[in-house]
Amino acid sequence: MEPILELRGITKRFPGVLANDHIDLQLHKGEILALLGENGAGKTTLMNILYGLYSPDEGEILINGKKIDIQNPTDAIHAGIGMVHQHFMLIPVFNVTENVMLGNEYTKTGGFLDKPKAAKQVLDISDQYNLHIDPNAIIEDLPIGLQQRVEIIKILFHEAEILIMDEPSAVLTPQEVEELFKIMHSLIDKGKSIIFITHKLREVMECADRIVVIRAGKVVGEATPEKADPEKLAAMMVGRPVELKVEKELAKPDGTVLEVENLTVVNKNKIIEVDDISFKVSAGEILGIAGVQGNGQTELVRCLTGLMKAQLGKITILGTETTNRDPRTITELGVAHIPENRQKDGLVLKIPVQDNLVLNTYYQEPFAKGIILQPEKIHQNAEKLIKNFDIRTPSSMVPVSGLSGGNQQKVIVAREFSRPIKLLIASQPTRGLDVGSIEYIHRRLIEKRDGGCAILLVSTELDEVMQLSDQIAVMYRGKIIAIVDAEIVTKEELGLLMAGIETEIDTERRKPRRVHEIVT
Amino acid sequence: MEEKKDSGKKNFLKIFYEEISRSSVTIIILAIVTGLILGGILAAATTKEIYEAFDESFKTGITESLKFIWKTYSSLFLGSFGNPKKMIASLSSGESAEMRKAFKPFLESLVVTTPYLITGVAIALGFQAGVLNMGGEGQLYMGSIIAGWAGWTFKGLSPIIHVPLALMVGVLAGALWGLIPGWLKAKTGSHEVITTIMMNYIAFSLSQYLITGPFVDPNEAFKTPFIEESAHLFRFFEDPLRLHIGFIIAILVAVIAWYVLYKTTWGFELRNVGLNPHASKYAGINSALVTILAMTVSGALAGLAGAVEMLGVNFRAVQSLTTGYGWDAIAIALLAKNHPLVVIITSMLFGFMRQGSRVMQINTGIPIDIISILQAFILFFIAAPSIIRTIYRLKEPKQTEPSSLISGSGEKI
Repeated sequence: MEPILELRGITKRFPGVLANDHIDLQLHKGEILALLGENGAGKTTLMNILYGLYSPDEGEILINGKKIDIQNPTDAIHAGIGMVHQHFMLIPVFNVTENVMLGNEYTKTGGFLDKPKAAKQVLDISDQYNLHIDPNAIIEDLPIGLQQRVEIIKILFHEAEILIMDEPSAVLTPQEVEELFKIMHSLIDKGKSIIFITHKLREVMECADRIVVIRAGKVVGEATPEKADPEKLAAMMVGRPVELKVEKELAKPDGTVLEVENLTVVNKNKIIEVDDISFKVSAGEILGIAGVQGNGQTELVRCLTGLMKAQLGKITILGTETTNRDPRTITELGVAHIPENRQKDGLVLKIPVQDNLVLNTYYQEPFAKGIILQPEKIHQNAEKLIKNFDIRTPSSMVPVSGLSGGNQQKVIVAREFSRPIKLLIASQPTRGLDVGSIEYIHRRLIEKRDGGCAILLVSTELDEVMQLSDQIAVMYRGKIIAIVDAEIVTKEELGLLMAGIETEIDTERRKPRRVHEIVT
Repeated sequence: MEEKKDSGKKNFLKIFYEEISRSSVTIIILAIVTGLILGGILAAATTKEIYEAFDESFKTGITESLKFIWKTYSSLFLGSFGNPKKMIASLSSGESAEMRKAFKPFLESLVVTTPYLITGVAIALGFQAGVLNMGGEGQLYMGSIIAGWAGWTFKGLSPIIHVPLALMVGVLAGALWGLIPGWLKAKTGSHEVITTIMMNYIAFSLSQYLITGPFVDPNEAFKTPFIEESAHLFRFFEDPLRLHIGFIIAILVAVIAWYVLYKTTWGFELRNVGLNPHASKYAGINSALVTILAMTVSGALAGLAGAVEMLGVNFRAVQSLTTGYGWDAIAIALLAKNHPLVVIITSMLFGFMRQGSRVMQINTGIPIDIISILQAFILFFIAAPSIIRTIYRLKEPKQTEPSSLISGSGEKI
């Protein structure tokens, strides 16, 4: 059968980088092709070429066997190619129909918009593919998962046959991801074809028909989920064998480091985000906080680290009360914080890597004497950390914005771990990272724990919480509804707890696991 | 072998071209050149004689236009730098009167540059901290009038005490005018663009009141008394050359600002708050305090500019003294990408144009306003660099330039 889309020898050079190196790719009608690769492997560049955002230096694109020339997205749309970007291209104050028809408006005589006609078509598409979208809903009122469906409707409205989805799951909750996969299958059932860009192995195994692995701009392998072995795929992606297992000894808790008593946090809009929470974390153990995004984890962490005020309750770190103290006081007690939003809170993107590596210690010896900065020392510190933490950067002087997401996270980890710390608060430490970086950061966390550091790990990735934690607290609507032993709890039980359903856990019946296998 | 070498060279040239065409310095230089070309065309297009020449024949029209543009810019140059031939001749003759005459335009341009430079640094400092100080003009007014007050009120002081005292009160007045919007921003989240502009109006009205009321010279309406001789800033040459020590102060201000911004922990905090207030808070920096301080220091420096202008040039305040320095300083800071040392160069650009345009007006009859239009062109092109990129087929920059201008503004921190 002739492929609906074929790329031949696509090559794209950027100054100093070969982003795509003679890539050949075929997409058949009615299949989900997963393009798997680490961040920076060249997946997005390739898709941007296909969508007309870049023009290739070499190579050709064929649709239904015919060579076509794609200069810009309009050409791509005419050729039947549509793209769901990682960051949605929607106007928040417009409703669904208005967003969908934008750029392709139906008009009545006299140039007036024919919204009812467009709305009807939106509804038709929504029904046809089980998208459950109200054409009159305002975008900003919709959850992210539904906004993504509006993007899909937009593409279908333009009568696309080939859908490119760039990391569609990155912004979704696990439940939304499941929904997305169902939608993707209903799309291919109706004869559409999908290219699905991702770096998450589990998703590939779950929904792809065929997998193409890209590394450093080259196609390095092809497989089907039935025959593929996650470990081999990961190795293909990263270019070296990857341990998908984290081995850890049983924790040896030793004295309370963080104690939270009856903490309540209310946000700007007077909504209770954290509701009367109490827990303890001891030295040498990891307390994981599981929960669906938006159940108060963010506010809890911000409150513990001094970025948000508590209304009630008490926080004690190493015997010092830190309720509503400023971030610097808390940092100086030996608390490290890996923030949830690394680009917003954790880094100043436009300043060099070396300055980001001293972002919260710049005023201390040896980086400053009095008020005079010591650039030599700051530079030496950076060189050392770049080496020790394997941060991939052209130099310590480039702005941190030029680094990949994984390496940006390593900058934060390096900065926080290079201080003598006694408590680590890590929020979504591996969100959006590739397998290699995840593996690395997990290993570092375990190392810190074994070194006697108390760790509070907040993650919406259930697998991550399960593998790393010694104790798991489940947050639901601002409350901790259970604290369970991570060695014996099952994923199903945690899932129920995360949905707010109180569950009895039989601690006697199971043997603890020691080795955790993950497929990220 | 030959060929390989050649291609290597070509590659080098290509890389060089790529770098040049992506650089923001190229944009600034091309913006200035384009501004000058358009300004010249506009100057010609608003002159009657040119139309008459075009009536005669197209060729005469073009020749006359080119002659006219040449005359315009050469008199702008003569007015701002002076005549190089005369400068050399006077130097070799060694006559001090000749030398003074020959160097007068250049030295006068430096006099005009002085308030531009100090205010430019003031605004740049604010921008670096993410505060948009639109109140330079008002802060400068307050610094000027209060320094003047100290200048004429205290009598019989030694210059060693009187000059610093007058400068100091001027600085304090400007600082107060910056502190208020800074404090409001940090504590209430009110947008400093609004509050600083409002503070300008207060400064204008207050100074009008002071000049016509409490501070009025009993013998002359709408003017204040002259400041005491002892409050005059030191001048390097005899009259009519007015170059005073204020220019050195201005250079020092720029150098100190650069040092503080890039070499000290204060500067590190200030720049980071400007670039990312959230990460600064995370890093334990007191963003609110930094915002208030940055605004205060910015106001203090603008106040210093006003004080220096009062004690070095004006010696008295008169009603309806509109300087425009505070507004042009915004452009100067932006042109310099908020780097204090680059402000030295961009403020000279403005200072020299302002001085030269006076001579140009006398020689060619072209109104001074053409210079404002020319500056507007330059700024327009810098604000919309894609126009320059399109005209000159330049490459897009590799990554977006730091826009400390936008970040952090209008947010309560």
